[in-house]
Amino acid sequence: MSEKIALSIEDLTVSFDGFKAVDKLSLYVEKNELRVIIGPNGAGKTTVLDLICGKTRATSGTINFNGAELTRYPEHKIVQLGVGRKFQTPSIYENLTVLENLEISYPEGRGVFGSLTFKRTEQVTQRILEVAETIFLTEFLNTQSGLLSHGQKQWLEIGMLLIQDPELLMLDEPVAGMSVSEREKTADLLNKICQGRSVIVIEHDMEFVKRIAHKVTVLHQGKLLAEGNMESVQNNPKVIEVYLGH
Amino acid sequence: MDAYSLSDLWSILVMQGFSGLSLFSVLLLMALGLAIIFGQMGVINMAHGEFMTIGAYTIYSFSKLTETYFPTLMPYYFIVAILGAFLIAFVVGYLVEYTLIRHLYKRPLDTLLATWGLSLIMQQLFRSAFGAREVSATLPDWLMGSWKPTPDIDIPLNGIFVMVMSILVTGAVVLFLFRSNWGLKVRATTQNRVMAGAVGINTKKIDRVTFAIGCGIAGVAGACFTTIASTGPTSGSLYIVDTFLVVVFGGSASLFGTVASAFSIAQAQSVLTFFLTNAMGKVVTLMTIITILMMRPEGLFRSKVRR
Amino acid sequence: MNALLNRALGERNGAIGLAVLAVIILLIMPLALDIFRLNLVGKYLTYAFAAVGLVMVWGYGGILSLGQGVFFGFGGYCMAMFLKLEASDLTSTAHQTTPGIPDFMDWNQVTQLPMIWQPFHSFAFTVFAIIAVPLLISYVISAAMFKRRVGGVYFSIITQAIAAILTILVVGQQGLTGGINGITDLKTLNGWNINTDSAKYLLYFINGALLLGVIMVCNLVLSSKLGRLLLALRDKEDRVRFSGYDVANFKIFTFCMGAVISAIGGAMFTLQVGFMSPSIIGIVPSIEMVIFAAIGGRMSLVGAVYGTLIVNYGKTAFSESFPSLWLLFMGAMFIGVVMVFPNGLAGLYQSHLNDRVTRLLNRIKKVKSSDQLKVVKAES
Repeated sequence: MSEKIALSIEDLTVSFDGFKAVDKLSLYVEKNELRVIIGPNGAGKTTVLDLICGKTRATSGTINFNGAELTRYPEHKIVQLGVGRKFQTPSIYENLTVLENLEISYPEGRGVFGSLTFKRTEQVTQRILEVAETIFLTEFLNTQSGLLSHGQKQWLEIGMLLIQDPELLMLDEPVAGMSVSEREKTADLLNKICQGRSVIVIEHDMEFVKRIAHKVTVLHQGKLLAEGNMESVQNNPKVIEVYLGH
Repeated sequence: MDAYSLSDLWSILVMQGFSGLSLFSVLLLMALGLAIIFGQMGVINMAHGEFMTIGAYTIYSFSKLTETYFPTLMPYYFIVAILGAFLIAFVVGYLVEYTLIRHLYKRPLDTLLATWGLSLIMQQLFRSAFGAREVSATLPDWLMGSWKPTPDIDIPLNGIFVMVMSILVTGAVVLFLFRSNWGLKVRATTQNRVMAGAVGINTKKIDRVTFAIGCGIAGVAGACFTTIASTGPTSGSLYIVDTFLVVVFGGSASLFGTVASAFSIAQAQSVLTFFLTNAMGKVVTLMTIITILMMRPEGLFRSKVRR
Repeated sequence: MNALLNRALGERNGAIGLAVLAVIILLIMPLALDIFRLNLVGKYLTYAFAAVGLVMVWGYGGILSLGQGVFFGFGGYCMAMFLKLEASDLTSTAHQTTPGIPDFMDWNQVTQLPMIWQPFHSFAFTVFAIIAVPLLISYVISAAMFKRRVGGVYFSIITQAIAAILTILVVGQQGLTGGINGITDLKTLNGWNINTDSAKYLLYFINGALLLGVIMVCNLVLSSKLGRLLLALRDKEDRVRFSGYDVANFKIFTFCMGAVISAIGGAMFTLQVGFMSPSIIGIVPSIEMVIFAAIGGRMSLVGAVYGTLIVNYGKTAFSESFPSLWLLFMGAMFIGVVMVFPNGLAGLYQSHLNDRVTRLLNRIKKVKSSDQLKVVKAES
């Protein structure tokens, strides 16, 4: 069991001027698992992702990823350890083409001098085409990415992470602003890409969650409220209380 | 250091300390205006020093007018002139916001360049209007004496006056920002412009008036400045770097920080100036600030915010 | 190799612009101007180094440095120290209290050559220092700031404060730096008299060639992945960071590059003008360098050169006849370049002339290819 666990978060706490956004949270994600985190607004979902990828520093607690203690690393090192993160609003380089967006995300030539000598080799092009195909953007490779639809931008950002082949992929509301058909395509996409890695998704759309989640974690006021498969979570009285009780 | 006896040292410290207080007062008022504009609105105003110069020239003009036409009123003109300095700087600031600044809110670096251009234009206008030579206002007699608590210590009255002025203005600003309805709106606009607009605050008007008040305070700084030095077209620009460092060093959003940092910078500079040369005193002070800022870029005081 | 050259020239459109600039600097100017005027243009072109550096730092890196004059000064002073030592040999300083040291030191009762002046007897060391000193200083400044995520206006203000400090320091340490007058009366470089007309011509061409070379190096950098990363950084810094890049390193690199470019200009300034003084490195000259780049177009390397030439020409022309109008004009330029035409001359060219030039070029090409067609037809 323990060797299958990729990410283990223990006693994680962060406080902002005394306000505890995340409070003694423990969470374990296995390899090949697709975990969905849900919870009402302000539950600390995004903050958890921020803590994992180093954007916010933990007040206390540990985040262990494949043996590395992430709380000790700067952001870019965490990425290089295999953690990829998509932001809530699509964060792509709007004035570059889809191809250039993917190329910049290609995990090579990351140093100053590496980037000066970086060349678009056959291998790089191959990989870019491969990823573009996965994210349904093959026809748009030379389109300026600012001109893409909102859903396509979301896919592009997922693609920019995929090209790095991360072992842990974190997606913050990946289907926000997507049409129904785009949602379905995205669900298939997520089911496909969680092979060989762990995926954490934050999402509000319960139908979508049902389609993709292996396991669901419910956060409330920075604490773990419930965890389990979708059905057990949905029937959990505490969860119902939080979502409907107020 | 051996050349000074302990009591000499004490007297020097007290007197330099007080002369530091005059510098502190001017720096504080300048920084206060800038802190409101920069800290609250995020606008870099490189012409802030010129608003101080406006204040200084206003005092000068009032003193000349009074001297020529109402010599009997000389003892009282200064108080009126301070109000005038505030008002004129306020009005000019209001116009500048309307014609220039409001187009540039999202582009801080461009604001910096545009206001630098503005400062060049203002300096040239001063030169055309008042000449390139430095001028001094005739101060009322009651500002001229000095106070001698001990035979060795000699504290000029104008220094005490500017200090009282700066404390009063600081108090007024604090009251204005944290107690008045208008101040509440200013703070709301700073923190969330869109939301403030949505709840019915006229954010454009708030910006304009906030900017103008910042400039007005610089005008008062100019009034204080006339009591300790003479005014030239570029007087204000000499203070702009120091003032920015005061604001940044204090932590740009913290009024208390601004006061503390103006105090420490002015005092350090004043005391060091005595033991080193004038220039080296300034160099050492600025170097120290920059070194500290490099190690602690958020300045002395900053609140942690969840982002 | 060919591809590399292509990138350095800036692909097709860039190459045309660079060629035009090269013709203007290396051919038209020397033919049209007497040596006095040409030397003046040479002086302006040394400022253009600083402006080109700013295009990299500010235009592409998004970092507004208000201390570009500082690095210009480091280059200039290093060169001036070497030249001054050469000019202060024992025979020409025999009348001094302490012969063999620069005259201003003697005036300031300095009796021994200060430590930091010693290595500047060597030309090799001087050339090394012209690059290494600004590199080191710019690295320390930018690493300290960017590693702690300080940027934007804070960085600008700090660089301006540094410019202020250094000027005060240089002015204050008369015995070490020559104070407000600077280092003057420079005569020879390794025995070669730099004040003759022929030397001035040669220095002008070296300067022009260096400037073109620097622009080509910048083109190379900008056309690499690093160039695209800089654009990406300005758009979405966090995305770049969370794509595994240490963002600070790229900003540090750009800032240091701008500093070194500026310093090369400074060294050339000293050689061509024959002195170095604090009036060229302080707050005002530093921010004027920004306006050179802004007028040319903050994203255009070639534009920065034109911007520098035009502003300086205007300054010289105006300040002779209407010194007071010049300041007003300068102020208006700052405001105008921000409010009315933020992309400067390059932007105006893009929006008004570029299409026509491209059409013209295409027409020329078409004529050529239709000629070829005729030939082919005739042969068949």
